[in-house]
Amino acid sequence: MNLNATAVVTGAARGIGLEIAKKLIDTGWTVAALDMLEDDLGRSASELGSMYKPYTVNITDTQQLAVVAASIGKELPVVKGIVNNAGITRDALMMRMGEDQWNMVIDVNLTGAWKVTQAFMRSLIRAREGSIVSISSVVGLTGSAGQTNYAASKAGLIGMSKSLNRELAARGITVNVVAPGFIETEMTQKLSEEVRGDYLSRIPAARLGLPVEIAEAVAFLMSPSAKYITGVVLPVDGGLTT
Amino acid sequence: MSLENRIAEIIVSRLNVKPEEVTNSASLKDDLGADSLDMVDLMMDLEDTFNLKISDEDGNKLQTVGSVVEFLKEKGIEA
Repeated sequence: MNLNATAVVTGAARGIGLEIAKKLIDTGWTVAALDMLEDDLGRSASELGSMYKPYTVNITDTQQLAVVAASIGKELPVVKGIVNNAGITRDALMMRMGEDQWNMVIDVNLTGAWKVTQAFMRSLIRAREGSIVSISSVVGLTGSAGQTNYAASKAGLIGMSKSLNRELAARGITVNVVAPGFIETEMTQKLSEEVRGDYLSRIPAARLGLPVEIAEAVAFLMSPSAKYITGVVLPVDGGLTT
Repeated sequence: MSLENRIAEIIVSRLNVKPEEVTNSASLKDDLGADSLDMVDLMMDLEDTFNLKISDEDGNKLQTVGSVVEFLKEKGIEA
């Protein structure tokens, strides 16, 4: 099946973003994979084939983004999906957090998502259908010591999405948020056994989630089955926040 | 194509209305059914097509098809 529609996925070179790209390709989307990591993009492109279209871009750079948006408009099927997945962490206790650490995380995780959404949303509005999914985090709901910047950016995505939902829902466009819990990624693999154990003890499902389990939720929210689901925050966290 | 016709063409495609409905006195919102999002989309389309900037203040004054034509003529756009 080919939907003949493009989903723009940020941070799609590896990790959860790459899993989302794979799952969307499986369900018929063409994926415009945006990332700063050129080598990883190239590797993923050779692995995933012709439905994975790599674009090297810094999403905090409005000019670069405009150039990429213009190329995608010319080269790919009409954009009907946007997945704001790109994110970074710069953890520190607030007393010790530098302004640069705060700004960098907000710039990429929140302002970057705003910029990407703005760069591509007209295409969805014109099509009078489409889906926007932003990848937040349970940390945006519960908070997390050492992550005032990250949690603020992830909570910000929720406010942005709920507001945008009110602007776009009448156009047949859904705007949703997926809030992953603790997922097996490079980030969580670096954690000490002690911290990992502490996480596990708090998760009712008694295991970390898999990147593909986030991708499944995103693909569902972008499928025709979820046309009437909009403005929601869907935790995918093994019961952590419930 | 005349300026009037080019504008009418944009309005017809953006607002999904019949060409005969796009008269000079037609109100974009009341007669042609544009909501606030349509209005923004239309202004952005006019900006792209005629290569100019329309401020929010000017945009808010463009209530009828005729006012759009007049506005663009004032900006020196002929066709």
